[in-house]
Amino acid sequence: MNAPIRRLSVLVLVLFGSLLLSSTYIQFVQASSLREKPNNRRTLLENYSRQRGPILITGKPVARSVATDDELKYVRQYSNGELYSHLTGYYSFVYGAGAGIERSENDLLSGQADQLFYRRVVDVLTGREQQGASVELTVDPAAQKAAADGLGEQRGAVVALDPRTGAILAMASNPTYDPNELAGHDLTTVQANYKRLLADDDDPLINRSIQALYPPGSTFKVVTAAAALSSGRYTENSVVPGPAVLDLPQTTANLRNDFAGSCGPNDKVDLTRALQISCNTAFASLGLALGDDAIRAQAEKFGFGDRIGVPMPVAPSIVPADMNKPQTAQAAIGQYDVRVTPLQMAMVAAGVANDGVVMAPYSVKTVRGPDLDVLDQAKPQELSRAVDSSVADQLTRMMEKVVESGTGTRAQIPGIKVAGKTGTAQHAKGEPPHAWFICFAPADDPKVAVAVVVEDGGKAGNEAFGGRIAAPIAKSVMEAVLR
Amino acid sequence: MATITTVVPRTRRGVELVLLVFAVGIVLVAYANVGLAVDGELPPSMVSYGVGLIVLVGAVHLMLRWKASYADPVMLPIATLLNGLGLVMIHRLDLAEDRSGGGMAARQLIWMTIGVAICLAILYVIRDHRMLQRYTFTAMLVGLGLLLLPLVPGLGKNINGSRIWIGVGSLSFQPGELAKILLAIFFAGYLVQTRDSLALVGRKVLGISFPRARDLGPIIVAWLASLAVLIFERDLGSSLLFFGLFVAMLYVATERKSWIFIGFVLFVAGSYLAYLMFGHVQRRVLLWLHPFSQKALEVSDQLVRGLFGMADGGLLGTGLGRGHPDLTYYAESDFIVPSFGEEIGLVGVFALLLLYLIFVERGLRTALGVRDGYGKLLASGLAFTVALQCFVVVGGVTRVIPLTGLTMPFLSAGGSSLVANWAILGLLLRISDQARRPAPAIEPTNLGLDDAPTEVVKLR
Repeated sequence: MNAPIRRLSVLVLVLFGSLLLSSTYIQFVQASSLREKPNNRRTLLENYSRQRGPILITGKPVARSVATDDELKYVRQYSNGELYSHLTGYYSFVYGAGAGIERSENDLLSGQADQLFYRRVVDVLTGREQQGASVELTVDPAAQKAAADGLGEQRGAVVALDPRTGAILAMASNPTYDPNELAGHDLTTVQANYKRLLADDDDPLINRSIQALYPPGSTFKVVTAAAALSSGRYTENSVVPGPAVLDLPQTTANLRNDFAGSCGPNDKVDLTRALQISCNTAFASLGLALGDDAIRAQAEKFGFGDRIGVPMPVAPSIVPADMNKPQTAQAAIGQYDVRVTPLQMAMVAAGVANDGVVMAPYSVKTVRGPDLDVLDQAKPQELSRAVDSSVADQLTRMMEKVVESGTGTRAQIPGIKVAGKTGTAQHAKGEPPHAWFICFAPADDPKVAVAVVVEDGGKAGNEAFGGRIAAPIAKSVMEAVLR
Repeated sequence: MATITTVVPRTRRGVELVLLVFAVGIVLVAYANVGLAVDGELPPSMVSYGVGLIVLVGAVHLMLRWKASYADPVMLPIATLLNGLGLVMIHRLDLAEDRSGGGMAARQLIWMTIGVAICLAILYVIRDHRMLQRYTFTAMLVGLGLLLLPLVPGLGKNINGSRIWIGVGSLSFQPGELAKILLAIFFAGYLVQTRDSLALVGRKVLGISFPRARDLGPIIVAWLASLAVLIFERDLGSSLLFFGLFVAMLYVATERKSWIFIGFVLFVAGSYLAYLMFGHVQRRVLLWLHPFSQKALEVSDQLVRGLFGMADGGLLGTGLGRGHPDLTYYAESDFIVPSFGEEIGLVGVFALLLLYLIFVERGLRTALGVRDGYGKLLASGLAFTVALQCFVVVGGVTRVIPLTGLTMPFLSAGGSSLVANWAILGLLLRISDQARRPAPAIEPTNLGLDDAPTEVVKLR
């Protein structure tokens, strides 16, 4: 019987050999791909075992990780969650780092960024708990609150920039959501909340200030005016045609002024007055005279078409290519297929304010390591020179008139010169127009540039005009910054 | 069969003692490690735990010195190490799951005590393993009875879709674990009596001699019995275990390859039939082949969770107490190997598997060494059942074969399993004492005769 027993022991060897092979395959060959499987909770738990860095505004955390007793060691807490949700984004153990700074600066916040490598090594050696970096934002809490309060229940967005640096002072988008609803550790609640937010017709998860593209309406006339002045063929006093009705070439369609009248005596109007009263026919004919290439080139100098990140990715604004004449005429007044983000229009205002230089917008002021040493400090950068300074001066004076005695009087601030431009953008037949306002102040020493859009006329509905609905919001934001 | 020893064998009890000290030492270090990792301090129960362990295995060691001084010196230390590490992991999972009042580890320690007591009883009561041959058919009746006990209404319990448990009050027991031993005793007794007719008579086909149709009887019966276990108790693992055990012992008894061939064909046919007929078998196969598919994940993610744990451990593991084995279902029983894989890594899993391999090979070595056919059959059967059980369990969690619900010998939480494996150890130690003991000075007239009862072999 010994021979079969020996063979049996060989069989046992083979059986165990196959077990050694299979466990090697799982724990060595396949290990990293298994760790990266999306439903692997251990990987998530590992991320939660490190304290994620906070997101700060003026030194106070708007997002921070708080220790808990459950198996996920930390939970993300958002103070004033709804106010800052579109800036912070959310960090969820179900959905990961979603949107906002949480997503864009995930490497730093989680402590996995290359800049933190040395510290990670030290932490491992000393047995200290690993921690992420803290991210301080440029946002001015007063301006952010003014923007959110100004929007109130209305759908829309507000962006405020420091025109001298490009720092984002306010970035509000309404409707909003509470990131705490997605940060909890209760799987079913978090999933239910997320599904509800996704299903909401008002898209609260979308950051309208950088992700939504709107027709800019008359605020785009600032770009057209800039193109005209930069061409050298026009000054702020140049007289252009401003009839009640402009016959669009190659079509049977006509273009009218909102106020259904001529813009000036003999159907003529100077550029300053045309901007002041937002004369459609004057800017449409200006567009025809300049051609679509000139308008597009000017828009691109303000940042249209650029892929920028603040650090959240910003949807590029568009002036369509190869427009025919009637399309060009409509584009010149911010219609046809011109599409902008509110941030882009704030950059237009800021460019004019900053002597024609557009600064690259940013929202991260400082990144600090866990022991508070500065890892990264924002350095303001020129994005482009949109217009030269004399053109900027002329545009400033023209925009001052808009607020002083034009369509934008509701943005006036006592004792401070404000330059602005209204917009009332039709976007679909029968729908109330979007109300726009872009501006900066003080006009002689600009410290803040603002863009406001209120969708579908907000509370005013069909009666909405940019000057009535959007300008007061911009005013309160400017006041908050300047005060 | 008889071996002629030229060297004077030594008892090697001193070696066993040294190995036992190592085994208990490793277990205590692992226990301290868990306490430090989870609570940041040495576990307060460490002294009582250590003393308990030392008393239990010390008793077996002394019993061996007293009643079986030539027993194999390696098996008891391996069993001690495996059982101790299992206790550590179960304790570690108790902490993770917040099971207060000692939890499952305390219960496991009680079962270990019972197991050790039975091991001691076996060593004390059974002076010669051949006396078990008297109970061949008793063992069969009791074994089959135990096997079918879970089917008794009111007594059997369905747990996790398998009906392999019986419950009395709050106690539950897997009678299949004990049936395994009794069936090995029965097979050994039966085969040693009938091996000649099974081995010698038959017809050659293609170079392989096949048995007569009437001699196929026992294998058909075993096949049907294992199919019955598969079908009525929905227990893939046990049915594979019983059938594999029987075929292996049949092969050892008859030295006929045809039995392996026939057994393999019957096994494949039975498995395929079961796959065609039963939804639960199809689900197991789906989970085996495509565990990450959406369809499989809707059925169960228990295999996937175990795989994630093992992957997380990687080569060196997260360290005891620092992983998340509690995320895996049955982390302390069917999935205890992935729990170890997570926390002590591939290196640790290799070490565990090699311990089992050495244990099994020592058992087979005992079978080689023992002088009587009955002892050879019994020892190889018992050793092989341990190997097969390891293969079914670890192969299931590492996707070599479909996952079935069986426990890892000595390591997994579970009373019936632990008691059964200590009983197996007791029997193997007893046989190994006989195997290694120097042959008594024998009268020439007795030369070459076994002590086994003579049998009339009917040949027609």
